[in-house]
Amino acid sequence: MTNRGYARMSALSVVLVCSALAGWAQPADPALKRTADGNPDLNGVWQAMNMANWDLLAHGSAAGAVSSLGAIGAVPPGEGVVEGGVIPYLPAAVAKKKENFARRWTDDPEIKCYMPGVPRANYMPYPFQIVQGANTVLFTYSYAGAVRTVRMNTKEKPPVDSWMGWSVGHWEGDTLVVDVTSFNDQTWFDRVGDFHSDKLHVVERYTPRSNDVIDYEATMQDPEVFSRPWKIIMPLYRHVEKNAHLLEFQCIEYSEDVLYGHLRHGKGETK
Amino acid sequence: MIARWKSVLIVLAATAVSAAAQNKVPRGADGHPDLSGIWTNASITPFERPRELGSKEIYSEQEAAAYERGHQRDVDKRDDIKGTNADVTLAYNNAWWDPGTKLFKTRRTSVVIDPVDGRIPPLTEERRRQLQVIADARRKRCEQPGCGLENNGQLGPADGPEDRPLMERCLWFNNVAPMISTAYNNNYEIVQTPDFIGIDVEMVHQMRRITVDGSPHIAGNARFWAGDSRGRWEGDTLVIDTTNFRAETAFRGADENLHLIERLTRIDPGTIRYQFTVDDPTAFTKPWTGEVIFVKSEGPLYEYACHEGNEGMSGILAGARAEEKRAMARSRE
Repeated sequence: MTNRGYARMSALSVVLVCSALAGWAQPADPALKRTADGNPDLNGVWQAMNMANWDLLAHGSAAGAVSSLGAIGAVPPGEGVVEGGVIPYLPAAVAKKKENFARRWTDDPEIKCYMPGVPRANYMPYPFQIVQGANTVLFTYSYAGAVRTVRMNTKEKPPVDSWMGWSVGHWEGDTLVVDVTSFNDQTWFDRVGDFHSDKLHVVERYTPRSNDVIDYEATMQDPEVFSRPWKIIMPLYRHVEKNAHLLEFQCIEYSEDVLYGHLRHGKGETK
Repeated sequence: MIARWKSVLIVLAATAVSAAAQNKVPRGADGHPDLSGIWTNASITPFERPRELGSKEIYSEQEAAAYERGHQRDVDKRDDIKGTNADVTLAYNNAWWDPGTKLFKTRRTSVVIDPVDGRIPPLTEERRRQLQVIADARRKRCEQPGCGLENNGQLGPADGPEDRPLMERCLWFNNVAPMISTAYNNNYEIVQTPDFIGIDVEMVHQMRRITVDGSPHIAGNARFWAGDSRGRWEGDTLVIDTTNFRAETAFRGADENLHLIERLTRIDPGTIRYQFTVDDPTAFTKPWTGEVIFVKSEGPLYEYACHEGNEGMSGILAGARAEEKRAMARSRE
């Protein structure tokens, strides 16, 4: 039997076993492309198509930070992606959110080309690529060269807190579920200062609606910042262009003036 | 239940494939060797062969052991260097360096294997002149105060971040394309699919993205630090062809015409033989080739957030400004 034959057989068996299991949420969709191990094939270049990175909540348009950029610099309107339309901040956290908002044009880590964390990395206005190995699923992002490794079914503990967190994955039927912990407290959720602490725990669900659309959900829990878990929901779209490749957007050099400009020769006291 | 069924099927498939291939190297569903996993190329093998070794390509076992002991002695000596000045100018002490303690298990005397003298061929006349002009200009600027030491021990300009070496800026480390052993973080995670291979390079989380779908390189005016990589299989060897580098990458004197050809062969379950050929006719008088051995490693890779934690850059620039200020005060006295 050819390898492809095994792949088909494996996929078919999974379909049969799934169908046989009573109480399984959804029967596997036979139209979905699958990898050799029978799971939906999420390989490819993906991108969100919404304004969540500007503001997770519904918002109208607004002026940007740099008036010389005219319409390019303006904030475009968005429908909002938060289920129920509320981010449930604890009373003490509301003030911090307001402060972040006031300083958003200087303090947003995105300005500094810092790694964006999860889930923000998935809905920035740049593509990312899923590289789906059997034991490891690599998420590689154009922005800042950010990368995260989803370790499948591992019991291994995170060695240290990090910007992109520690991702552990498993399949529930045709849904890739990723549990992300061990974040630092340095990333924001969007450009208006929605934030979290290092107790953030994100559970992501990637469910293919078709071969080219993933229904994406992320549930955030953080006992230091939020009064209850809350969820964002959005589709992720496949780049179907023939030449869709993820290109390197190494943004460090574009952030250096913001970060170090005050230390340039001829600036400040040494002038 | 499902998981168990799946693994039974995978085991069946794998057994059939490996029997057909007559070797123990794991293979993907497409029949190609599977390079997936965590690997390290940490090694103390010198990049170029010491001249006194002439055409000696391989150390005997005794010679290799002696070389490794000698290297360790030199490393240990660094612990004897004491004092604030040494700490500051060396920047990193022994706690940081982690190139391993061993030569590659091939016992080769250098990474460069072609030409036969194990040394990089001379630069072209024109390229040497270009690099000299750049170096002279930098040296001249450092006749004024406000420069900073670079990791080659030379003073370099520090008027702003763009004056500083790419590594200090966390922009680019030269262990990515090609993937050679370096001072530390010599760990790589390969995730392989039939038409794309991703290599996560632990050193400042650089990525190799290798398209294996037969598509051509992107247009020549699009330039990237890691270049534009396309892979293809030649038998059991993955061949990666990379062009479109930025000129600043400048691997060992290469320019923007660098054409890098890399060959990865999993010669046994625990080993990848990695050879790279540097072809750049405007920079080198002839192409040259190096060999690096990757061995299986435990992992996990750590997230190396270099730019996010780059306090060093602020310190270097602030130090240069302080020096300028002091020099100005002295000139007023």
